[in-house]
Amino acid sequence: MAAPSVSCGAAVPYRLFLAGRVSFAREQGLWKAAASGLQTGTRCQILRLKHSPAVTTTKNVAALRRESYTVDFIKKQIEEFNIGKRHLANMMGEDPETFTQEDVDRAITYLFPSGLFEKRARPIMKHPEEIFPKQRAVQWGEDGRPFHFLFYTGKQSYYSLMHEAYGKVLHAEERQDQLRAKGLFSEKSKSKDLIGSRWLIKEELEEMLVEKLSDQDYAQFIRLLERLSALPCDAAEEEFVGRFRRTVTVQSKKHLIEPLQYDEQGMAFSTGQGKRKTANAEAVVYGHGSGKIEINGVDYLLYFPVTQDREQLMFPFHFLDRLGKHDVTCTVSGGGRSSQAGAIRLAMSRALCSFITEDEVEWMRQAGLLTTDPRVRERKKPGQEGARRKFTWKKR
Amino acid sequence: SLPPVLRFPCAVHQLLDPGRFSHLGTQAPQCPVAHLDNQVPTERTRAISRTLENDPAKHGEQHVGQHYNISIQELKTVFPHGLPPRFVMQVKTFNEACLMVRKPALELLHYLKNTNFAHPAVRYVLYGEKGTGKTLSLCHIIHFCAKQDWLILHIPDAHLWVKNCRDLLQSTYNKQRFDQPLEASIWLKNFKTANERFLSQIKVQDKYVWNKRESTEKGSPLAEVVEQGIMRVRNATDAVGIVLKELKRQSSLGVFRLLVAVDGVNALWGRTTLKREDKSPITPEELALIYNLRKMVKNDWQGGAIVLTVSQTGSLFKPRKAYLPQELLGKEGFDTLDPFIPILVSNYNPKEFEGCIQYYLENNWLQHEKAHTEEGKKELLFLSNRNPGLLERLCAYL
Repeated sequence: MAAPSVSCGAAVPYRLFLAGRVSFAREQGLWKAAASGLQTGTRCQILRLKHSPAVTTTKNVAALRRESYTVDFIKKQIEEFNIGKRHLANMMGEDPETFTQEDVDRAITYLFPSGLFEKRARPIMKHPEEIFPKQRAVQWGEDGRPFHFLFYTGKQSYYSLMHEAYGKVLHAEERQDQLRAKGLFSEKSKSKDLIGSRWLIKEELEEMLVEKLSDQDYAQFIRLLERLSALPCDAAEEEFVGRFRRTVTVQSKKHLIEPLQYDEQGMAFSTGQGKRKTANAEAVVYGHGSGKIEINGVDYLLYFPVTQDREQLMFPFHFLDRLGKHDVTCTVSGGGRSSQAGAIRLAMSRALCSFITEDEVEWMRQAGLLTTDPRVRERKKPGQEGARRKFTWKKR
Repeated sequence: SLPPVLRFPCAVHQLLDPGRFSHLGTQAPQCPVAHLDNQVPTERTRAISRTLENDPAKHGEQHVGQHYNISIQELKTVFPHGLPPRFVMQVKTFNEACLMVRKPALELLHYLKNTNFAHPAVRYVLYGEKGTGKTLSLCHIIHFCAKQDWLILHIPDAHLWVKNCRDLLQSTYNKQRFDQPLEASIWLKNFKTANERFLSQIKVQDKYVWNKRESTEKGSPLAEVVEQGIMRVRNATDAVGIVLKELKRQSSLGVFRLLVAVDGVNALWGRTTLKREDKSPITPEELALIYNLRKMVKNDWQGGAIVLTVSQTGSLFKPRKAYLPQELLGKEGFDTLDPFIPILVSNYNPKEFEGCIQYYLENNWLQHEKAHTEEGKKELLFLSNRNPGLLERLCAYL
């Protein structure tokens, strides 16, 4: 537009822009709430100023700051998510009815391939409950009176939970006294539900109650629950306690154990591979032998003149008490002397897994023999002398 | 009868932290000292590790893996300079010198016992990986020959003559060559200690003029030449040359039997680290000591034997993994030494290993409680792979 017509022309494009903005916002839907605020705010600014005392007295400003997502908003998000899931299923040519979250994840990684290293920065499409943090609904009604009777304690859900649990404890103790009076009291073993599971950690409890707890509160709660579980309970109480326990997998790592292979002479052998820093090693462990180890065609005494490296090689056999029983032939390349020793050790341990029992495999895993060492050389950063070392600081 | 040896119950270590071995020498072992210090070792262990047969001439197959004792006096006379430094330390610690009887040494002894002294001297070369026991086998042979009353010409380490020499003088005898007064005088002193009784018997067959005032007449005993070399350090190299020449000449006559024992003979044909004033390198031929020694090692004389060792440990400019005579001697050396009998010295076999461990245990050298158990022995076996030198170094930490 021409410069002289700024004064009158300025208002016109402003309104056009606004209309366009409103319609744009309507299509998005995400910004609806914000856009409506903008709409009322800018067009009828003067009107709003007049209305503000009537509109805003009932709303608590502190609550507005804390609650960024309303319940309706979350509901709308869930509807949109479900519709979007169906659209996505149609796009991928799958059946919308049986489209699970894993399929959704796969579809998103296919449609939006990302090279970012941080997994949390990549595009995701998940149920809004997982994305939007849990918010507490408004705790008081129109008249300002809170709903919950323990609201003024500050941690209402925590204290209500404690109250409930203590009620159950009293109930169970009463029942126990009655049983004792009748003479039907019998010692019940409580250990079956405690084994294989652990109490919730403080963070999990906080997430469950949507409330901040202190360490003492958490400890008190756990003590109460343990007291409850020590008493003879019925099914309802056990279910109540079960809500606060998570299972612990006993065998956290299960990796494949290759079966033994047999060569022409009938000797049992097994191969394994290992890496450490930049060294790669492959080891072939034979079932019956005299404890000879050959590396790249050279005896291990000549290849590793340093005792420390030979101790690394000895570790798996010494751990399993099989020092002179196996023959090993291995090839190794890359890395330095220590990383080659570590790589061969890992390869030998992996190969040895085929010869030993599962329990021994678990012990080896706990001893750290079967884990690849993830430490690699850290990159040098610009502006620093090394990976961590900064340049000498000079005052002037 | 003696009570049985106490065996300490070995702890079952299922979850061992990596790097925390039972015998790791860099950490001080927190375990208490084994109470077996006060226990007298049983005859059974003695039978494995020691033999009462102290004469090398009578050692046979049945003594393999057993240690025999050399008295300290004999040690001083026979080995003024021949033993490896670690062995000397061990002798000082244990207050006794015990050498293990091993197969290569026995083989050599057998050959030596059956030598025909009319034929030219046979050359035997002991070779093997680092730390397998070549030098100590050589010492075993020397002890045998000393007991049999041979004249021992023992050069403890030829490598010492081709490196780190401070003062090189131009030879008085031959302008092209260089003298090494220090090394020569030290060697002459030790030679005198080893062969005292022969020096007065052997007579020189030529007249040697040292300088304007001193000379040695024909027919005077060799001791005079040696004295001259020791006192006048400038003429020491020439004295050595004379001694070698005379001995070579006279052993063919059959008066005495000569054993030439050189350790690290590959030094004679390699390179040196010595340089002239103008920084040009010196070849071994230009060193008078080496030149004379080369003449000694040739088999153009009768009445004795030549036992040599090739070793990489002190050698110059040779790769670490080289241990075969061909690699270490080089083409020239190999051709010169050509008809020789190679004898391989290898790591301990299980019996010898067991004997060695028992010897250390008897002397209370292994203080770690695990050292007595089977597992401890297996660990040591693995770590040292039965290499004698390595085993000795490992046990030094325990």
